Amino acid sequence: MSKNEFIWNRKHLIGLRELSREEIEFILDTAKGFENISTRSIKKAPTLRGKVVVNLFFEDSTRTRNSFTLAANRLSADVIEFTEKVSSTRKGETLLDTAKNLEAMGIDIVVIRHSAGGAPKFLSRNINACVVNAGDGYCEHPTQALLDTYTIRKIKGSLEGLKIAIVGDIAHSRVARSDIYAMTKLGAKVILVGPPTLMPSQVSQLPVQVSYSLDAVIGEVDVINMLRIQFERMGANPFPSIKEYSHYFGLTVERMAKAKKDILVMHPGPINRGVEIESEVADGPNSVILEQVTNGLAVRMAVLFLVNQAAMAKE
Amino acid sequence: MEVLLSSDKIADCITALADEIVSQTSRTDKIAIIGIRSRGEVLAKRLADILSKKLGEKLPCGTLDITLYRDDINNPQGRTQHIVRSTEIGFNIDDTIIILVDDVLYTGRSTRAAMDALMDLGRPKTVKLAVLVERTGRELPIASDFTGYKIDLPADKTIQVNFIESDGKDRVILI
Repeated sequence: MSKNEFIWNRKHLIGLRELSREEIEFILDTAKGFENISTRSIKKAPTLRGKVVVNLFFEDSTRTRNSFTLAANRLSADVIEFTEKVSSTRKGETLLDTAKNLEAMGIDIVVIRHSAGGAPKFLSRNINACVVNAGDGYCEHPTQALLDTYTIRKIKGSLEGLKIAIVGDIAHSRVARSDIYAMTKLGAKVILVGPPTLMPSQVSQLPVQVSYSLDAVIGEVDVINMLRIQFERMGANPFPSIKEYSHYFGLTVERMAKAKKDILVMHPGPINRGVEIESEVADGPNSVILEQVTNGLAVRMAVLFLVNQAAMAKE
Repeated sequence: MEVLLSSDKIADCITALADEIVSQTSRTDKIAIIGIRSRGEVLAKRLADILSKKLGEKLPCGTLDITLYRDDINNPQGRTQHIVRSTEIGFNIDDTIIILVDDVLYTGRSTRAAMDALMDLGRPKTVKLAVLVERTGRELPIASDFTGYKIDLPADKTIQVNFIESDGKDRVILI
């Protein structure tokens, strides 16, 4: 009988910075087993029957929230949808009080998105339920990076030795941070591309290369991840005009002509069509943007399954 | 450690299982073999090969991962962590006679999980259970239809089935 040398023992998923390569690969391997739930006639398994998952979203989200809801539903969990705009937070309730109150109703897993970096970590230290980070401030968005690496691994076989460009608004991007941790741990070389005004100030501390020219790197990369320009997070104007940004950093049909034939084009969504990516490219043959969304479901099912399994083991 | 079945005996048991299956099904039946991960998968493949030769047509063969259907996920019984793997069944199971294959039938809990997992994939005509070893100690009302070897054992004993494909050699041992 084969021994399972590796034991998953995290009941929270806060970020990928703290995860080892082995842990990241274990999540990705586990996700593979969840893929076929979404393609068969009965799209449900009884695994989390009787468990309650709360989507605690303090920021807008379509993809991530729906993906977590569907992932939890497919594993037969009940889901409470918490939306800041229609909740008592508006009456001044603190994050911890909100969570404690939800916990008093007997919830098992909290999926949290918050504009304050560190909110998921704080919550995980103060409540008994499992905590899964669905995006915190400019810190991390671990499940997005997991689905990105899952998508790349599925198509390319491995990330080992691949060159991956992450392009655009790095400074405001928690996706970029989680991607950098996941991709470099899995053996890829990451090149950050964008104007200096959109690079994080501490970029030299990250295990990445930096380039201020998309044209200089487009020909050598195997994967290109186009980040969304986060207009809602920008105070002072980081670039003179959208048109100028698109001219230098947009993924256009013209630029694609210089790329490797089998380059993977990714985008975490939502897309600003015509800003960071042209429609023809976003909908083109190299685009895996919709595969990312599909894979996100399997990855999130795996994450919910694993944190619950770890929580059960400790009791 | 005591060897219950040697490599030759295992081969004999699998052949006998195949003969029994052939004798109880008709030529016109649509039959498919599905093994429960992980040792059932190996056994299913061997059984499907023998049956395909006997029947003169290639029988579809698949693998079922039952982790998501186990009854000890939220109620773990030991330190072992169950790992989710893929179910690989590349054919439609509707209206098919499914021969569900596992290495050992003991408590019946894996079989229960496997039946639930199968029903989420479609509606088979019949599900029959074939096992290499059947031991006493059922905790659920489940019985096998085709059995290679039967043994009466106390609860503190463990049966381990090894196959060349997964463990390097064929043998069934008692620990």
